[in-house]
Amino acid sequence: MNPKGACTIVGVGETAVGKLPEMTTLGVQLEAIGRAVKDAGLGPKDIDGLLAIQPSNDPQRSYALTVAQAAGIHPSYATDLAIGGATPVAMVAHAVMAIVTGLCSTVVCVLGHKQATGRLEPRHGRLRDGNEDFEEPFGLLGAPAVHACVAARHMHEFGTKSEQFAAVAVAMRRHASLNANATMRKPITIQDVLESRWVVKPFHLLDCCLVSDGAGAVVVTSADRAHDFPKPPVYIWGFGEGHIAGPLQSSSLTTLGGKQASEMAYRMAGVRPKDMDFAQIYDCFTAIVMVTLEDYGFCAKGEGGPWVENGRIEIGGDLPVNTHGGLLSQGHIEGMLHITEAVKQLRGHSVEPERQVNDAKLGIVSGHGASLSAHATLILGREKP
Amino acid sequence: MGEYLKPLPSKNLDDKPLWDSCKNHSMALQRCASCGQFRYPPRSLCPNCHATETEWRPVSGRGRVYVSLVMCHSYGPAWEKDVPYNVSIIELEEGVKMWSNVIGCPPDEVKIGDAVVLVYEDVTEEISLPKFRPAGHQTP
Ligand SMILES: [Zn+2]
Repeated sequence: MNPKGACTIVGVGETAVGKLPEMTTLGVQLEAIGRAVKDAGLGPKDIDGLLAIQPSNDPQRSYALTVAQAAGIHPSYATDLAIGGATPVAMVAHAVMAIVTGLCSTVVCVLGHKQATGRLEPRHGRLRDGNEDFEEPFGLLGAPAVHACVAARHMHEFGTKSEQFAAVAVAMRRHASLNANATMRKPITIQDVLESRWVVKPFHLLDCCLVSDGAGAVVVTSADRAHDFPKPPVYIWGFGEGHIAGPLQSSSLTTLGGKQASEMAYRMAGVRPKDMDFAQIYDCFTAIVMVTLEDYGFCAKGEGGPWVENGRIEIGGDLPVNTHGGLLSQGHIEGMLHITEAVKQLRGHSVEPERQVNDAKLGIVSGHGASLSAHATLILGREKP
Repeated sequence: MGEYLKPLPSKNLDDKPLWDSCKNHSMALQRCASCGQFRYPPRSLCPNCHATETEWRPVSGRGRVYVSLVMCHSYGPAWEKDVPYNVSIIELEEGVKMWSNVIGCPPDEVKIGDAVVLVYEDVTEEISLPKFRPAGHQTP
C-alpha cells in the first residue's frame, strides 16, 4: 500500500537548546515528550508507540523502554533506531509503518542528547562507529574531517568555492537571528566565515555545526483522527531512505544517499522539487546542504555552489532552507528540530512572523549521518493529499 | 623515544594479516578468491559476490590521492605537535581506497590526483602503519 497521507503529526515538543547543565540526558528527552504530548492535547495513557535513539553521550540498552517507563507510556511498539543523523526523519517513517500495520495508534518519536555539557555521563563508554582501526591511527578524527572530504571533492569536480559554502552558513545564521530558541543569533558575513579558523581544510570553523544539549519530540497518529487535536494537523505525504557504502567504498563523495531517498519520497508523495515551499536540510556542515539540495533535484549536480548564493536559500528567497537556523546556528539536536520546525511552518502562526514562510503548503526534510552513509527524507504537507 | 600515545589498530581476526604484512613492510590486501575483487578494510565476506574464500596479495604500493585534507584542530595531546597534518584517502592501483597520511612534504602541497608510493612508519614494536609519500613526479 502507499502510505501517502495515512498519518499526521499532531504534536511537537522542543526543549531549550544550548547548554543545559541542570538537566540529565534522560531529563531532556522527558521534557520534549511532555511538551509534544501536551501540544497534541493528550496524556501518557494515549500514547502506545515510542521510538528513541541511544544518546551517544549516554549509551544504554533498550533506551526506548527506559524512556517509555519514565514517561508512563506502555507501548505496543517501541524500539531504538540508530542511523545517525538520519534517525529522526526515519523515526517518523517508522511510526507511519507501525500505525498503518496496526501495531499501535499513536507514536512519540524522541531524540535528545547532551553533547555540550553531558559528555560523557558517568559510568558509560562511548558508542563506536566500527571503523576506528582504519581511521584513528592516521589521525582521521572527528566528524568534520569525513565531511570535509565531500567539500574537497565538490571543489575538485565542480570548481565550488569556499565563498559558496560560506553562503550556507550566512543563511542559517540569518534564520537563527530570528529564532528566540537559537544559540548563535549574531548575523555573520561571508568574510566572517572565511576568516574563522581552519578546523580541517577546506572547512573553516563556521562551516561546522554547533555542539548542543537539548531534545525534540513529535507525536504521529492516523489521519483518520486528524481533527481530534487542538493544533492543525500536518500530513505525512512521503518518505524514503537511501543508505550508501562508506566513504572508502562509495563510487562518489558528491552524490550521497539523498538521491535515492528523495526519489522514493517524491514518488510516494506524487510531487516534485518545484512544489516545495521550503526545505529543512540536515546541515552538520555547509557542504552537506549543497550536496543534498543537488541530490534532491533542486539544482543539477555540481551547480549547488552558485545556486545557494545571493539569498536564494534565505527566507524570502526561492527556497528557504532551515528556517530555524539549523545545526549550524540554532543548535545540534541531530535534525529532530528540522522536523518540529517544518511542522510549525506548515501549521502557520507558530514561529516568529519574521521567519514564517509565506503560505507554506509543502516542505521537505532531510536527515543525514553515519559518516556520510545514512540518509532519510520526509515530505510534509498542510493539506490532506 | 617516549611512549606512543596515538590510537593503534586493535588487530582482530579479520584484519590481523593486514597489520602483520605491514609489520613486514610488504602490505598485502585481502582479495576475493572467487571474483577477484580486492576489499578494504578486511572482512570475512566478499561484498561483491558473498564468497568467503580469500587470499592475501601484496600490493604494488602505487596509488593516487583521492582526497587530501589538512587537519588543523588537535583532537588530544597525542596530536598537538602534529597539527597541521595531512589526512588523505589514497586510491591504490588495486582499486581500493584507504585512509592514510601523505608524509614527506608540507600538508598543503598534497593535491587530489597526485601520484604517491607506499612507505611504512614503525610506530611500535608490534605495529607499522602504511603511509604514503609523493612519487617523484606526476604522470598524466
Ligand atoms: Zn567476491
